[in-house]
Amino acid sequence: MKQEKSITDILTNMNTNVSPTERVVSGVAGGALIAYGIKQGGTVGALLSVLGGGLALRGATGHCQVYDAMDVNTADATQPRRLTAGSKKSPFSNSATSSKIHVKKSVTINKSPADLYQFWRNFENLPKFMTHLEAVTVTGEKTSFWKAKAPMGTTVEWNAEITSEQENERIGWKSTEGADIANTGVVEFRPTSTRGTEVRVVLTYESPGGKLGSLVAKLFGEEPSQQVYGDLYRFKSMMESGEIITVEGQSSGREPQAKKASA
Amino acid sequence: MKAVCWMGKHSVQVMEVPDPKILNERDAIIKITRTAICGSDLHLYNGYIPSMMQGDILGHEFMGEVVETGKAVTNLKQGDKVVVPFTIACGNCFFCQHELYSVCDNSNPKPEGQETVYGFAGSGLFGFSHLMGGFAGGQAEYARVPFADVGPIKVPNSIDDEKVLFLSDIFPTGFMAADNCNIQPGDTVAIWGAGPVGQFATKSAFMLGAEKVIVIDHYQDRLDFAKANNENVETINFDDAEVHDKLKDLTGGRGPDSCIDAVGLESHGTSVDSLLDYAKAAVFLATDRPHALRQAIFCVRKGGTVSIPGAYGGFMDKFPIGAAFNKGLTFKMGQTHMQLYMPRLLAAVQEGRIDPSFVISHRLNLSEAPMAYDKFNVDKNIWRKVVLTPQ
Repeated sequence: MKQEKSITDILTNMNTNVSPTERVVSGVAGGALIAYGIKQGGTVGALLSVLGGGLALRGATGHCQVYDAMDVNTADATQPRRLTAGSKKSPFSNSATSSKIHVKKSVTINKSPADLYQFWRNFENLPKFMTHLEAVTVTGEKTSFWKAKAPMGTTVEWNAEITSEQENERIGWKSTEGADIANTGVVEFRPTSTRGTEVRVVLTYESPGGKLGSLVAKLFGEEPSQQVYGDLYRFKSMMESGEIITVEGQSSGREPQAKKASA
Repeated sequence: MKAVCWMGKHSVQVMEVPDPKILNERDAIIKITRTAICGSDLHLYNGYIPSMMQGDILGHEFMGEVVETGKAVTNLKQGDKVVVPFTIACGNCFFCQHELYSVCDNSNPKPEGQETVYGFAGSGLFGFSHLMGGFAGGQAEYARVPFADVGPIKVPNSIDDEKVLFLSDIFPTGFMAADNCNIQPGDTVAIWGAGPVGQFATKSAFMLGAEKVIVIDHYQDRLDFAKANNENVETINFDDAEVHDKLKDLTGGRGPDSCIDAVGLESHGTSVDSLLDYAKAAVFLATDRPHALRQAIFCVRKGGTVSIPGAYGGFMDKFPIGAAFNKGLTFKMGQTHMQLYMPRLLAAVQEGRIDPSFVISHRLNLSEAPMAYDKFNVDKNIWRKVVLTPQ
């Protein structure tokens, strides 16, 4: 049986491909057109309202079906502001010789800086919420060995050392000489007056081009920022509720053994 | 086990599916003794809620007996009789600690969807689409209940299932709708929608001190039912009367102090704006049909409150912001903060102040669910509230 596609399916799955300025203009023009259409009345008025609604929706969602069809994206500042193809390229494909990812994310957690710092400072805990990590082994007071999942069941490995730390406030680390993927990280734990602790993470990954460049891309997906956000969200859940809630493995009528019950 | 599965728009089936398992340490498995079909399940049935998948187990109003607990659950044991709230909440985050359980930070395993559409994600809900976390529901023989140390409320074994089943959703939902009105002595509350939530909102408004309640609908049997179950209730059938005029007439020209929209996104109506809503929903220019809400905003007195327990999911068109602004209105809405209200309302049931079973119109076996969905969707006069028994 085919599932119906509803409006929010479309909204949820659509990417923004209209620039902020253009969205505002679309929204305002759409609204004005709706109002004008209603004032005019009749069939023409109704059509104008419908057209206005389309523009308003484009403004609200930042997604334009026409742009989509033409493969145009005016929302991506890294792309030329003209009607060229190729707007869906990953951020890594712009450079053939090197790739660098820089991600900054924050989350507020209803725990003390000390609780969060202690958990993070034991790097062996990181794979519990960073899904791309397979394992981290602490090898010394300031050193650790990291193993990350890569495509086709392979792994990428590197050694890291802590470069700076202030208890309950901040931890900085970087990969050591010879890493396949040179990377650095900083996490800060800032207390707030009544809202728990603001956790801010800055990560950079860099590799010297060629195959390894694309490896970085594969490792972190097309949206490294989303990945890090997900990691922080899981960190928050784990620290606040003691677990990362899941629906993996629950029952449904999609299971292979599911069948229509006899009445 | 047997479970009621969503198979597509206007299609539910009773399927034989695997029994649920403990997936997180704070889970419990409940053997369901009673479950119900909610008016909001009809939003799913009619295809209005996005991100449903074929095979999803429906149902968010259920109760039963604890048969298994995860190792972090210490307050429940095998054999306990519990009612499960439809919102899932961790109890630890900022929102839970401020009694805003339905916007818990940690109970939706798929927050990206709501973050994209709403900016931030609310709590997980049972059997209510993957936007709400994709949790299997309770129209089944068993259910897995996450954060079981926070959600399910223990009830005495001696109490009749039917008296406490609706603590799972519609009684607290109706009660929060009335509570959100901040009812003062002498207040008149107008309620759009005489379905089960509207019926509980009516009872709750009186429990909270309202002087008069006016119920608006076009199903005459439901209006008559509200009248039969309460003193001081007036009703308006909007097929026969102009609602604004009638409300003014019934309130000495003042208008109701608060208006409750217990209808939500599938509002019925024959006025120009509601016909336009049908047209726009059909071509995706709007997703929700908010005729009742517009009317509530128009009818409420100056400085009054509009309380919205009816479910909305997407975008609404022609929101009467001018009326709302210039009358200085207060808006309160949202999924119910279940864990806040359940203990208080259980006490009200135990004290005999209310017997929630009054709303039940049909008692059926779980296997009859497909027929019940169909009838409930079509004939709202007769099919007021369906309770299903799995065994």
